Formats: sequence, structure tokens, C-alpha cells
Amino acid sequence: MINAKKFTVSHAPFWHDGSGISSRSYNIMIATLPAIIAGLLMYGMPALAVVCLSISSAMIWELLMNLATKRPISIGDGNAGVIGILLAMLLPAGTPWWIVITGTFFAVVIGKEIYGGIGSNPFNPVVVAIAILMVSWKDFFDFDQALLNYDLNFVMVYPLAALKHFGTSAIGGFSIFDLLLGKQMGGIGSTFGLGIIIGGIYLIIRGIIRWEISASFLAGIFITALLFNISDPDRFAGPFFHILTGYTLIGAFFLATEDSSSPVNFIPMLIYGAGAGVMTVLIRNIGIYIDGVIFAILVMNLVNPLLDKIRPKAIGKVG
Amino acid sequence: MIKKSFIGLAKPRLMYETLESLLPEPQNIAIPEKVTLLLETDPALLSGGQGSIKEKDKVKTGQKLTLAEQNAEYVIATVTGTISSITPFTGNFGKQYIAISIAAVPDEEINGDFAKVAEKNLFNGIRDFLLSCPGGIPRPLFSENRGKVKTLVVCGIDNDLLITTSQHMVKAEMNSIKDGIDILKKATAAEKIIFVVPRHLQHEASAADASIKIIDLQYPAALPRMIMKDVLGQVVPAGRTCEDLGVFFISAEAAASIGTAFKNGVIPLNKKITVIKKDGTATVVSARIGTPLSNIFTALNINLNEKDRIILGGPMTGSAVYSTEHPVLPDTDAIIIQDSLAMPSVSDYPCINCGECIRICPVNVPINMLVRLLEAGLYQEAADEYDLMACIECGLCAYVCPAKIPIFQYIRLAKYELARLQVEEEA
Ligand code: SF4
Ligand code: SF4
Repeated sequence: MINAKKFTVSHAPFWHDGSGISSRSYNIMIATLPAIIAGLLMYGMPALAVVCLSISSAMIWELLMNLATKRPISIGDGNAGVIGILLAMLLPAGTPWWIVITGTFFAVVIGKEIYGGIGSNPFNPVVVAIAILMVSWKDFFDFDQALLNYDLNFVMVYPLAALKHFGTSAIGGFSIFDLLLGKQMGGIGSTFGLGIIIGGIYLIIRGIIRWEISASFLAGIFITALLFNISDPDRFAGPFFHILTGYTLIGAFFLATEDSSSPVNFIPMLIYGAGAGVMTVLIRNIGIYIDGVIFAILVMNLVNPLLDKIRPKAIGKVG
Repeated sequence: MIKKSFIGLAKPRLMYETLESLLPEPQNIAIPEKVTLLLETDPALLSGGQGSIKEKDKVKTGQKLTLAEQNAEYVIATVTGTISSITPFTGNFGKQYIAISIAAVPDEEINGDFAKVAEKNLFNGIRDFLLSCPGGIPRPLFSENRGKVKTLVVCGIDNDLLITTSQHMVKAEMNSIKDGIDILKKATAAEKIIFVVPRHLQHEASAADASIKIIDLQYPAALPRMIMKDVLGQVVPAGRTCEDLGVFFISAEAAASIGTAFKNGVIPLNKKITVIKKDGTATVVSARIGTPLSNIFTALNINLNEKDRIILGGPMTGSAVYSTEHPVLPDTDAIIIQDSLAMPSVSDYPCINCGECIRICPVNVPINMLVRLLEAGLYQEAADEYDLMACIECGLCAYVCPAKIPIFQYIRLAKYELARLQVEEEA
């Protein structure tokens, strides 16, 4: 050929909307900022230490797994970073370093890499890790214990624990407004409700999480909690209390919405979200655990592949 | 290139280009020194040696070139000159052609065979001389064993983004299109002719003796299967073609070619092409079929750099070529030059199950599941379980995929492979 210039030959489409996995991850990180910053302001250095260690160890685990499995280095996609941040948000400030590192190991290696990496994990890696930690070292998740040294200017008891042990009379001190502003005990990034909601709405607007899941999860919690509350107001707290405490909000916007372990079709998303919401309240109100978000999401992750079979018929499909 | 908006929740809206006012006359590209015509046929015929044309043969403009006398496949010489080479050529997905190059001489002589046949029989005139005319006429429409033509759809809108060739034809050559439609009606005995145009061309289009239908301007509304569904209210069952249902599509340009051919008694040779430069500006040119792309680039002062991309057709469904010597084909509606910097990358990431493709697919293909099978090469399973054959080939899924999986290429390849296997089984 006389013309020696090399042109690029590839296939249609020749346009792309410019979205990418890393930009999705960075947006999730941005969305966590309000809640994380509130947590850092409240709990200071011990919280910062957990956050930093969690992010860095998650990335290192990912790197080690890349090297061990001889796959391309994937920490640049930001997914490991997101796992690290979310895990830290669920932990109490001052969690010992070895728990953090074990946690990120469970999340990155057991929760994600052994299934083949991003996109192949059947369960949300962060939720898997927290579940294992909660079962193995449950004392560290007793927020009243873990945060014993703090005396902040609000009721220093973990609201869900108070409710579980003493009924609604014990939670009279929490106003909805205080809960929304994060004046409650809990994980580093899981108490500042307003901040989480802002982050979640940001992600919904950007089209990064699927709003159907968040909305149905919250609706599931609201309705179930309301029914319990009506049936026995002395034992069971009202719906707003359930929505603003524990891991509810972070679960709704950051955990249940993880791409790989949740459905993508409309009806399945609604069932998945609502199912997790209902189960969360069931566990909280009549189960043995104080908070039910983690196990509820795990169970719904498990049925996700079945749910996602309910899909609209392809147009033109025969039979 | 249209990027995802900040509000990613809203579906991207990709709109067809509209040609509101009449552009200046298309720029005429001079007759090149050499044209190359692609004859879609089995190169095995070459070795047989019984070809009716051979190198060094003299040909006249408008002369029919076939390899074997009885072989119905032909191309029409678009210049007068000497055949300089006849070689096999492999196109996309291994489609086989024979490339016939003709060295042109300045004095053009017209071959009169078409005029003789055309007077007698419309159907034979089109079938035997016009199938490779500008715009291209779908071969099945003029095959002996096709069923009834229930509906013939004449497209006054291009089916991919950025291209305005068809709209240009409606604006500039409506009289020829009108004649062409009348001839097509007689020749094909079509029960119904539908002329689809964008709303702003409704007035121009109404001159034709056909029922006018308006096509929405949002991609992919002008793809044949979308027209079937939205305009004709007929869903093409997966795995079947529009032709199976008696519906045939033809471009406005092809209709105009037919109109002009019968009016003047000569075969039209010049293809109208929308050329889109790197800066996004578009020019319509008119070039002989077979003109090397390089001649067009020179005429338009387009400089190409290493690693740029040359696309024949639109940004969603076109195909890239590797050489500027590639000829203009009867259906080359557009040439797009894409700068290497503007090119989207592909990655080797797996599907992250984000669901973007599911939201955008116009026919509900479960793409997130489908890609997993296609990546593993399980084509038959993909067709059986995940609606591979329902795909209308719009390319939107690959456009939105954040993992940048070449989904559309996988889909086309899978369909091609399945079709090939089927042919093998039948043989
Ligand atoms: S190309 Fe993709 S988006 Fe378009 S119809 Fe096919 S599967 Fe659906
Ligand atoms: S858009 Fe790409 S990554 Fe997202 S679900 Fe579809 S195929 Fe998977």
C-alpha cells in the first residue's frame, strides 16, 4: 500500500458517553464526604486513623490479589478505595487496627477477589466483611462499649441497643432532628443522617446508584416499622426512628445499591429493596440482633439472581 | 461526541441531525484516475477462469461487470477505461468480495445496454442494472423468489446520527424521488409505499405518491426495526427479518437514482456523501462510486494523522476502514474522520452490573447477562436464553457501558457466527 499511515480500525459504536468505572467510584467517594467529615469532627483522630487505615489496607489487599492472580492492577478503578471508605463508615471510632485490616481482607479478598473481582461478587463485599466481623468479635460492635471514652453533648447510648433492651421509653431522649444531625452514637460515617441523604441524592441524580433500590428499601422499613409501632407502641419504635438510626441510611444509599449484588430490572429492584427493608425491621424488632441492615442485605443479595430473572419480555421475543 | 450529562439519571437523548435549510450544492469530486468496485461474490469464481471480464479489458461507463455470465451478481462500471486488476477482498466479518479496479481515461463513453432494457421492462431494468446504483437497492427486493411486497418503505431520514444524506436528497431531488417511487410501485407491485421523513421535510415529501409518515428525531427511531414497530405497528420476531414479513426498505437516494435512470436512460453514478471532519463540520459531496477516499480528502483539504479513524457510515453503526484507498460504495452515506484524541477507549473490564445498558436498550435485551455468555463464546445459549436475536443493532448499550465493553461488536459477531453455522448445517 502506497499510503503508509496507520489508521485506527475498531468497531462501532465510535462514540461513548464518557462514563467509566473510576468516575463512578470517585463520585461515590465524593458522596460519602459529608457523612465522613461529620464523623471525623465528632470523633477526632481515632476516627481518622480508622478511615485512613481502612482505605489504604483495602487498596493494598487488592494490589496483592492482583499480583497473586497475575491480573492487571485494578486499584486505579477506585473500587477498593470505595470498599475501604464504606467499611470505615460502619466501624466505631477507635476500632483496633487489626480488626480494620482483617475487615478489609474479608471485604476485598473474600468478598470480591475470590469470585473473580469487580462485577462478579454475589454479595456486597463490605457487608460480607462487616457480617463476619460482627459475628466473630461482637464486642467491638457494641457501640456503647466501643465509644465508652467519648462524652459528647448528646445521649451517649446507641439508640438501637437502648430500644432493644428497654423499649420505646428509653429512646424518648432522641429527637428526630438530633438523629438527623448525627447527634447519636454509631459508626464513623453512619450517624449523620442528613449528610448521608445528601450524598445519596447526589448519587441518584448522577445516575450512579439505582434510586429504585434506595426508595423501596426505605419504604420497606417505613411501612414495616409503622405496622409494628401501631401494634405495640411501648415495645416498637416509630418509622422515623428506624430510618434515622443504625445502618439504615447508609444501607439504603451505599450498601444495598452495590452494583454487582443487586438487581437491574425494575420490579426485581423494588422487591429487593423492599425485602431488605422489611427484613431489617423484623430483625430489629423480633430478632436477636440489634441492627438488621447487614443481614437483611446479605439475604437479599442471595436471592438477587433469582429476582433478576423477572424481567420485561424482549420486544420481538418469540414464544 | 455527546457525553453523559451531569444528571446521569436522565437517559441520554441522541438526536438525529436535521437539515433545515438547503445546503449549497454538493461539492463535486472530480472523476478519479482509478476507481475500485467491490463485487460481492465468492472469490473462488476467480480461479475458475471462465470470468466474463479479465484484466486489461476495456470497459465503458455504465457497462455491467460480472464474473460469470450466468452469475447474477454484478457491478456497474462508473468510468470508462481499462480493468487494471481483479483481486479478492475481505470486508467486515470475513465477508468476501472481488475488487475490480479500472484505470480511467478522460474521454467517457456510455454503454447503452441499460437504455435498451429499460424501455421494455421496469423490473428487469432495475434488477439487471441498478442494484449497485447510488443509494444501493436491496437485492432481495428484486429476487425472483421473494414473497409479496406488502410494504415498501422509502427512507427520507438517515438511520444513524450526524448523517444528512437522505435529507439532502429530499430537499434537493424530490422530483427524482417522486418518479422513482412511481416506478418502484409498478416494478415491485408493492401493495403500499410509505415515505418516512423527519417532520421538517413533511411538506417536501408530500409531493410523492406515497403515504407520508413522520419519524421521531431521537435515535434509534430511524432504524428499520424501530420503523417497523413505531410506524407500521409490526414487531419483527427475533431471528426473522423485515423482508420475511414482506416489508422492504430503500433509501430516498436509491429511489432518486431509479427516477433519474429511467428519465435519462443512463445509470446514475454519483453517490452523495456527508463528510464529517474532525471539528464536526459537515459537507455534502458527490463522488463517483469507486472513488478512493483519498481523492475526497484531498479535494476537501482534509489532513489525516497517524492513528486517526476513518468511519464509513454513522458513529453508532458504521465501520472503520484501514486505508484511504478504500473506495466509495453504493451505500457509503457518510465518511467520518475521528481524531485519535477523541476516540473512546475500550477496556478489558468485565460487566460490573451497573444496569445502564438495561435502561437504554430499546427492546429490553438483558444485556448484563448476555455479555457474560458472549464473552465466553456461548452464542447459541445467548440466543436461546438471553434474547440475542431480538437485538436491533443500535449500539446504544456499548455507548453507555462504563466498563467500556465492546458489547455491540460481541453481538454482531455472535449473530454472524450463528448465521454461518446455520448455513453450514443446512448445506
Ligand atoms: S445494540 Fe444493545 S441496546 Fe441496541 S438493541 Fe441491541 S442489545 Fe439493545
Ligand atoms: S452497561 Fe456494561 S457494565 Fe453496565 S450492566 Fe451493561 S454491560 Fe454491564
